[in-house]
Amino acid sequence: MKSIQVRKLKEWFIEKAILLSGIFSVVFVVLIFLFLLREGFSLFRGESVIDFLFGKSWYPISQPPRFGILPLILGSLLVTLGAAAISVPIGIAAALYIAEIAPQRLKEILKAGIELLAAIPSVVIGFIGMITLGPWIKNLFNIPTGLTALTGSVTLAFMAMPTIVSIAEDAITAVPRQYREAAIAMGATKWQTTWRIVARAARPGMVAAVMLGIGRVVGETMAVMMVTGNAAVIPRSFLQPVRTLTATIAAEMGESVQGGPHYAALFAIGIVLFIITFLINGVADLYLHRSRR
Amino acid sequence: MHPRLTQKIAHAVLLLATLLVVLPVLIILAIIVGKGASAISWDFLFSMPRDGMTAGGIFPAILGTLYLVLGAIIFAVPLGVLAAVYLVEYSSDNWLSRLVKLSIVNLAGVPSVVYGLFGLGIFVTFFGFGASILSGSLTLGIMILPVIITSSREALESVPKHFRIVSLSLGASRWQTIRHSVLPHALPGILTGMILGLGRAAGETAPILFTVAAFYLPRLPQSIFDQTMALPYHLYVISTQVPGIAENVRYGTALVLLTLVLLLNLAAIILRSRFRRKKKW
Amino acid sequence: MVDAPVKFSIRAFHVRYGQFFALRDLHLDILANEIFTVIGPANSGKTTFLNSLNRLIDLVPASRCSGEIKLDDVDIRHGMEVEALRRKVGIVFALPLPLPLSIFENVVYGLRMQGIREPQRLAEAVERSLRESYLWEEVKDRLSTPAMNLSGGQQQRLCMARILAGQPDVLLFDEPTSGLDPISTARIEETMLVLKEKYTIVLVTNNVAQAARVGDRTAFFLMGDMIEASATSKMFTAPADKRTSDYITGKFG
Repeated sequence: MKSIQVRKLKEWFIEKAILLSGIFSVVFVVLIFLFLLREGFSLFRGESVIDFLFGKSWYPISQPPRFGILPLILGSLLVTLGAAAISVPIGIAAALYIAEIAPQRLKEILKAGIELLAAIPSVVIGFIGMITLGPWIKNLFNIPTGLTALTGSVTLAFMAMPTIVSIAEDAITAVPRQYREAAIAMGATKWQTTWRIVARAARPGMVAAVMLGIGRVVGETMAVMMVTGNAAVIPRSFLQPVRTLTATIAAEMGESVQGGPHYAALFAIGIVLFIITFLINGVADLYLHRSRR
Repeated sequence: MHPRLTQKIAHAVLLLATLLVVLPVLIILAIIVGKGASAISWDFLFSMPRDGMTAGGIFPAILGTLYLVLGAIIFAVPLGVLAAVYLVEYSSDNWLSRLVKLSIVNLAGVPSVVYGLFGLGIFVTFFGFGASILSGSLTLGIMILPVIITSSREALESVPKHFRIVSLSLGASRWQTIRHSVLPHALPGILTGMILGLGRAAGETAPILFTVAAFYLPRLPQSIFDQTMALPYHLYVISTQVPGIAENVRYGTALVLLTLVLLLNLAAIILRSRFRRKKKW
Repeated sequence: MVDAPVKFSIRAFHVRYGQFFALRDLHLDILANEIFTVIGPANSGKTTFLNSLNRLIDLVPASRCSGEIKLDDVDIRHGMEVEALRRKVGIVFALPLPLPLSIFENVVYGLRMQGIREPQRLAEAVERSLRESYLWEEVKDRLSTPAMNLSGGQQQRLCMARILAGQPDVLLFDEPTSGLDPISTARIEETMLVLKEKYTIVLVTNNVAQAARVGDRTAFFLMGDMIEASATSKMFTAPADKRTSDYITGKFG
């Protein structure tokens, strides 16, 4: 029958389209890397990779320009570590509360609240941080400007926490009921069960949650740009303005000449960022797999 | 210390931590509403800016955001839903499907500014679209692809397996089964993912910095090859680079953006919980 | 019965999951218009056997089949499309599995997938198949109500009607009454006895007494092998293999 053949042909096309769509995600990852390389590679004709990664001076508009990103790496590192120090303990604690202790109704409200926090655009958080947190820190520590690494850490902590809380909460909830029941049957209190048994069992998932939260912080651009002061120098304390890798790209792309060395250098920073987040997400995914088994 | 006492303290500490995470949402909302509400007016929302942005409204930014977000969805939803169909209905646990899943995880983790660079490199430069709504939408579309794929996957996986088995046993082909016995039941979940994607695309600044956004355009965009203003970029510029703008205008802009994004996310959350309760199986 | 044509001929058929054999070296003929029952303890390969007859086994990604199964002398793997096979060989599962649709839409699902859309044809098929499964009188006034609202026994008969609408040749039953009360069970068994006039029936059952009640011929499966197959009366009075008689008399199960 002709109509059966037509239908079979249509289905063949649809199934090919489905297969292609699946493969597209792989294609995009490869494309991103390739295009970063394409625009960024020309930098390395005039400068070695070592000089780029470990050079202490980032002076893109001086004559001759210097493209060492160590200050930027250290800036990102400082802000990230600070944000992690704040968000990890609080985030894990909140995840434990929501997963194990909160009553059902409250749990749903809290989870919704955290989803909403995660949804707030980074430019809005940066705006609030800049206008409220900045001056507050300036007055608190009596320093020339409130836009510092510390401000960045606190602001970014608020962006990492929802990620950490929701993934850790999933991991904790996934711990099989038998673990808890066995502990309670042996006379443990709820807290002892939660802390000694459940948290330990959920550890791979919690590690993944922390890594993904850190990954989010490393990749943050707008909020960081608005609160860390944008000084591309090697930081000596938390109370100094710093510059992160991400903010550098966003702030300086407009000033660079397309195809020129500054332009290429910014793309090269993009390569570094891509690799860093690739690694963080890859390892986090491994941990998530371990926790699901 | 007595275990009961330890428990009381521990629980209190955890509750405190939870509040520390959740309260900032309310505080941020309170501040922005408090200081920005006074700027909101019909004029503010629907008229063009005047006097170098110090007067008039932000209508072009709102419109621009809507264009970009719509474009992103048009690109990301068909591609993302079909990719999810591939993962759930067609792939077996082989190297290809694991590679696809790994790629999705990585796309989800790429920093937004790197998406901006990618958009600049491929759409603006390589394809020659220039800084335009087209470049911006495509860039945003790729960025929200993981969101669409992940939520569509969950929606498809939640359809009971026996629907597929019954349909196939009655002589339906694989695609017929998906089209008639699986997809219709996954639609609410897919819709939820779409709304989440909309919210995400509306709030992002870095991907549109180099691919489409302009601060002050004398007229509204006429085609997809034009640049446009957009809310997140607008907020960024008026709060960091333009002096002399009234404080409540800055807060008002933030309020408009925040309201848009939060309403979309709230809609998704409500839709998702109603769907979970209403399941007919 | 001796001269009945062969419906299914199965030769050297194996189903493997990695190194584990779910079915081993199966040689069997199923005759037209008989009720062929398959008995055996859990994990003996009964359901795998059934799922091989309509190639639902293909849905299990790790499975590997070898050997030959022919339906009306046509190879079911290489000689016909799998959708055509499944329309000729319908299956009723152990649990009633209505689709989340109305009664009417459940019954015509297979027909719609074939492209049949004329309301007249569909309505005729619905009445005919619901009568054949003895459900028509109970539901004729509410065909557009959700199928999920029916009782378990009614849903199972709906599942039968669903297959019958497509006018198949063979009906496969996978422990169809294991979840039902005795009255519904009896009704389904009666229906099977009527249906065998038009159709060939293969029935897998955990209930040895059910095989004795309705089976024309019976096969006993144990751990992937078919131990013996013969006329039901003979198998239950004088089985050839000691394992068969042990199972039938309940020494193991």
